[in-house]
Amino acid sequence: MTPIQRWGATAGILVLAIAATFVLDPYRNYLLAMTAAYVCATSGLSLLVGRTGQLSLGHAAFMAAGAYAFALTSNALAEADAPGPVHLLVPFLAAVVVASVVGLIVGVAGARLHGPYLAGLTLALVIALPAIASTFGGLFGGDAGLYVSVERRPDWLSTVIATEQWQAWVGLIVAAIVFGALAQLVRSPSAIRMQAVRDDESAARLSGIDPVRVRVGMFGISAAAAGLGGGVLAYVTQAVSPGAYSLTFSLFLLVAVVIGGVGTLAGAVWGAIVIVLVPEITTAITEALPLPAELSQRLDGNLAIVVFGVILVVVMLAAPQGIHGAVAALTGRLRRRRPRTAPPAPTT
Amino acid sequence: MTQPHARATTVSAIALAVAGALVLSSCSTPQAEAQPGLTDDSIKIGTHQPLTGPAAASYAPISAATAAYFDYVNAEGGINGRTIDYIVKDDGYNPANTQTVVRELVLEDEVFAILGGLGTPTHSSVLDFLNDNGVPDLFVSSGSSAWNQPEKYPGTFGFQADYVTEGMVLGQYISEEFDGKKVCLFGQDDEFGTDMQAGLEKVLGADGLAEVQTYSVSNQDVAAQIVALQSAGCEVNVLATITGFTALAIGTAAQLKYFPQWVSSSSGADYGPLSGYLGEAAPLLLEGFVSDNYLPSATEDDNKWIELFKQVNDEYNDGADFTGSVVYGMAMGYLFAEALLAAGEQPTREGLIAAVQSGELKGSGLVPLGFSEDNHSGYLGAGITVVHDGVQAAIDKRWVRDGDKVVVYDKPPVELLSGGIPS
Repeated sequence: MTPIQRWGATAGILVLAIAATFVLDPYRNYLLAMTAAYVCATSGLSLLVGRTGQLSLGHAAFMAAGAYAFALTSNALAEADAPGPVHLLVPFLAAVVVASVVGLIVGVAGARLHGPYLAGLTLALVIALPAIASTFGGLFGGDAGLYVSVERRPDWLSTVIATEQWQAWVGLIVAAIVFGALAQLVRSPSAIRMQAVRDDESAARLSGIDPVRVRVGMFGISAAAAGLGGGVLAYVTQAVSPGAYSLTFSLFLLVAVVIGGVGTLAGAVWGAIVIVLVPEITTAITEALPLPAELSQRLDGNLAIVVFGVILVVVMLAAPQGIHGAVAALTGRLRRRRPRTAPPAPTT
Repeated sequence: MTQPHARATTVSAIALAVAGALVLSSCSTPQAEAQPGLTDDSIKIGTHQPLTGPAAASYAPISAATAAYFDYVNAEGGINGRTIDYIVKDDGYNPANTQTVVRELVLEDEVFAILGGLGTPTHSSVLDFLNDNGVPDLFVSSGSSAWNQPEKYPGTFGFQADYVTEGMVLGQYISEEFDGKKVCLFGQDDEFGTDMQAGLEKVLGADGLAEVQTYSVSNQDVAAQIVALQSAGCEVNVLATITGFTALAIGTAAQLKYFPQWVSSSSGADYGPLSGYLGEAAPLLLEGFVSDNYLPSATEDDNKWIELFKQVNDEYNDGADFTGSVVYGMAMGYLFAEALLAAGEQPTREGLIAAVQSGELKGSGLVPLGFSEDNHSGYLGAGITVVHDGVQAAIDKRWVRDGDKVVVYDKPPVELLSGGIPS
């Protein structure tokens, strides 16, 4: 596929997804908007971990950077009575710029670090977030965070679609842009440079590749994607607070990437779906089971974490390549079983 | 080719006619618009509460108490023949979760109304959503003045005396009882702290506070702030703190051999949990502890409301620790039952809001409620409680807010009638 065809494919998927929002009820559309936000973060993280081998435990912090940038810009524009399209688009630009700058700075510091040391650095970032928010409480609103005054759906649309459907559209469009851009990256020469750096740094150096530049670049791109995800979350939930970008959430992102399939974009989508659906399903289960009210309420918030862990273990045992790997293997097998009219599968 | 086509046309014409007839016939019946969550014998309402996470320890008992009160009402036949189905969702005090669970309640479970959603940051994030969807958003569990914006949020109502009012009431008591002493404030670094400060300064004057120190919930070490208060020579310290931090402040000060007069907002003054935090030294450290409250105190003996709530707590709440949170939760349930009764035999969402605005609701507090068409705040003032020998009891001093000052309220508190079930 040429780059233009790839963008075309992304646009085609986007159109289908937007068409699907007409079938979904408002609550499902809201979940779809959340999924879109998570896709932004997991797709960047998946490539970061899978392609350059840099482990980030602090991706929630980059989402938070994007979300706070979005909130501050959006509130300032609302104050200044900015025209609708500006109020809608500029905050997203701010989110991506701020998040990538933060990502590049951390990337520069982290480019010399490997494995657990880099993980430690990013971990510190996400743990420091509440302290940063309360130290600069005047700006970031402390633990309570900020209320985000956003540009709502245009008036002429308000009779046609619900707020949630509009939010899903915004989320899907942003996710499509991130996804499309990363899909180009995966097929570009840079992807090969990244793999070279990941697999053997000395060999990469001998081939004239600057490992620091490759790593920092990927870190920045990944943070920018996460920042856009944070922007979508801020837009949809109209709130930013340090509690929403906790260490647990950060680890969820990483676990989701591993469950989906590290290093692949399709895996990132699976991961985002898992993040959104697992709490939904566990809530449905605890409500369906004849448990005492107190126990089911207690399970309500905690069971999802357990289920996440179980899914991770099961997926790692049954499909080490993640959900995407399992699905790809399955479709491959089905294709091979087709009638002999198809050309025989190449043997290696 | 024409025949199947024609048949399809006929079928769809019949379907349209049937649908049209259904629409028309449903229009002529009294329950013209089906109200979400409402059937002939039940009404479904929901709330978001911190059942897990850092805020759970102090606030999870509230919704359990409300649920117990509704069980009591349902056992007695409900309100207007309808039982109350109360759905509690956990948001872990995290606005991102609140967004999700409230949408689930409104769009999936189709609740009739939201009751007592807890927390300022959490509930702020769903104000627009609830009002856009015309969902009655009753009695938010937080003292923020954000709930009182009838123009912008016509469906949202407060419950507590707001923090500014609490600050004014405490300021009035301080100016009467501790005149000439150096007054300081130790507050949370958000609206809770700043609103209390504004209230205190309205009464004590702009320079009425000698020192203001703040804390952030994510940092459990308050020694620096307490030392600052001590070295500023503060004699009366007002606390705009949640329960855990009230205990931290008093405990830390005691370790520093610093024993000022403590005066606390009702939000962090629940004697039960406080003595739990402070352990054996509690009776000594809390002796003379002043706070405001708009509801009767849990440790009071001769109060009919407390007697009833204790009874309901034993019977329907497995005899959980009877604290201020339990009283709060049950008072919340009672107020909703009152509103539902006032909304009539066939309540609608608009009707429920109109019933609250009618000003007929009495509540179970020490002071009157402020609900009217242009006021959506809850209790208008508060009384003073003082701890003496391990009992936190109201002394007969109550004020209600009137603009920028407070006036004495001396009418008797609301009486308990008909077994605590509005009728």
